[in-house]
Amino acid sequence: MNVHAGMTPLVEMENMSISFGGIHAVDNASVDLFPGEVVGLLGHNGAGKSTLIKILSGAYKRDNGEIRIDGKTATIHNPRDAKGYGIETIYQTLALADNVDTAANLYLGRELKTPWGTLDDVAMEAKSREVMGRLNPRFQRFKDPVKQLSGGQRQSVAIARAILFNARILIMDEPTAALGPQETAQVGELIKQLKAEGIGIFLISHDIHDVFDLADRVAVMKNGQMVGTARTEDVTKDEVLGMIILGKCPPGATPGPGAL
Amino acid sequence: MSEATANTDKARASDLGPVERFIKATELDTRMLGMIGALLLIWIAFHIFSGGLFLTPRNLWNLSVQSASVAVMATGMVLVIVTRNIDLSVGSILGFVGMIMAVIQAEILPGMLGFGNPMIWVIALAAGILVGAAIGALHGFIIAYMGVPAFIVTLGGLLVWRGAAWWVTSGRTVAPMDANFRLFGGGPNGAIGATWSWIIGLIACVAIIAIIAMGRRQRQRFDFPQRPIWAEAFLATVGCAVVLGAVWVANSYPWPVGIVRRYAEANSIAIPDGGLFIAHGIAIPVLVAIVVGIVMTFIATRTTFGRYVFALGGNPEAAELAGIKTRWVTMKIFILMGVLCAIAAAISTARLNAATNAQGTLDELLTIAAAVIGGTSLAGGVGTIAGAMIGAVVMQSLQSGMVLMGLDTPLQNIVVGIVLVIAVWLDSLYRRGKA
Repeated sequence: MNVHAGMTPLVEMENMSISFGGIHAVDNASVDLFPGEVVGLLGHNGAGKSTLIKILSGAYKRDNGEIRIDGKTATIHNPRDAKGYGIETIYQTLALADNVDTAANLYLGRELKTPWGTLDDVAMEAKSREVMGRLNPRFQRFKDPVKQLSGGQRQSVAIARAILFNARILIMDEPTAALGPQETAQVGELIKQLKAEGIGIFLISHDIHDVFDLADRVAVMKNGQMVGTARTEDVTKDEVLGMIILGKCPPGATPGPGAL
Repeated sequence: MSEATANTDKARASDLGPVERFIKATELDTRMLGMIGALLLIWIAFHIFSGGLFLTPRNLWNLSVQSASVAVMATGMVLVIVTRNIDLSVGSILGFVGMIMAVIQAEILPGMLGFGNPMIWVIALAAGILVGAAIGALHGFIIAYMGVPAFIVTLGGLLVWRGAAWWVTSGRTVAPMDANFRLFGGGPNGAIGATWSWIIGLIACVAIIAIIAMGRRQRQRFDFPQRPIWAEAFLATVGCAVVLGAVWVANSYPWPVGIVRRYAEANSIAIPDGGLFIAHGIAIPVLVAIVVGIVMTFIATRTTFGRYVFALGGNPEAAELAGIKTRWVTMKIFILMGVLCAIAAAISTARLNAATNAQGTLDELLTIAAAVIGGTSLAGGVGTIAGAMIGAVVMQSLQSGMVLMGLDTPLQNIVVGIVLVIAVWLDSLYRRGKA
């Protein structure tokens, strides 16, 4: 815990709660994130990871709790607000508009315009080719609607959209779910690179193996509650598995309200 | 053996080659090509079955004028359907707004400004567009912000505005329209004549070539793959040929003899022996529809609003998460639809030279059918303005053609209904084949 002693966290989510029709999807959960840090958010399907993170990205409105960015209280009511704070999200569903092409998806909501105020498709396509070239060098289908792309290509588009706008805080919800081993490795490289640039990353997964090697810390959720957080070097994979499955906090971890 | 297989493979590839290479090089939309092909087939079939009455300048000119009103509304219906909504009220809005415009120009303004004042048509049209926009805004607000499904809101609108059209004059028909306003409806006066038609045709040709050239330069600037030069030349040639051909047809339809005689007398022109040939040229309502089509295509493809409309139709959740103000976009679509209804109302009222409370009845169905035949998917996210306008011409062609063949009205409806279903079925087959 001492690595970041004295530093102001990039993101602090404190005592977050949200319920849907009486079900506490997220119950009094707190988590923080420092610049250049990767925090793996783990838990079973339905543990509340995605819901917690969707509050940060502005997709859901919280019932309780406070979000601070750079130590200052942040007001996030919708995805536009979140983007204003430099928060970019790669959703599990990818959230792509299937019927338009790659460039249109990358710039959706933030289109480049010509001096006359019309869409500058050519400039957007040029920039898209540059960004996609970094992620997926063989990708050439810039004119096709995203619907016609393969799962891996669609995932690349979603990732490219998130890194296109100089995010400070990146949320990746199961970013490698549709990828093959080689592409997964590429995403791992990308995460290391972004981390080196000082970007804070929330990496969400239900599979511990995806995140353990990449994350600096893990935060484990169970039934909407935070079981605890731990630096990856202080715990073993088995211990983290114990946190995910049983909600049992090992000695190296900081227990949360959801711990046994 | 393997060499032989390779050879047959190569042979097969080159068999398919020319057509596919051609389509790929020109980047033409095969779906749109198919629709134009279907339209031409319909035209030729009617020409044969009606004993050579269909493909005449006179019929084609009338067809263009008759299509104009529904074509204008169909351009807006595309955006409505693309966002997974529907508008059942356009016919009733047309009736109500037409009635408002008629009362303003026939009963209110002449008393204030004097009969035949040149400002009358401007004020009447502006008032109509405002009323149309207000009605659209009301529908859009209820749909987007109050969360009532578009089907229900516009079904209510269908009843409300039809009733309101009756209410304006207690069911009385209002006529005649202002002389300037009437130009929106076509007819010998409501067409721009041979010279202006050629001028506009030539301007259109220059524009087509300029657009192709500019597109090419843009692609060069960013080193994108380009169309081969022969494909560009082919597109430019076909585009110009279609434009000039249409002008030629419009200019081949002469004024009726009686109107020519009155015109000649009024301007003291001697009528030569073979009769005086004065061409109609392009009708003003058709020009209006074409301008609306160009503006709507621009809105749909070149503006952020158009981009949001399609993104919203493709994946509403993604559009919301991308930070698009989806409700406001939805409301704007319905405002636009209301404005287009007002323009269509001007065309239709001017053409009839009267406003009746039944005007535009069932136009909502023709408009939806035109959009759907034109390739707009009811599942959302897919559709083109040009396709919907061609769809409107297809619908009108069916009706005109069957009138020319002397088919009874009930039979006409049966045929139109069947064609609509078959068209959508073929379209779904095409999509499945492509996916």
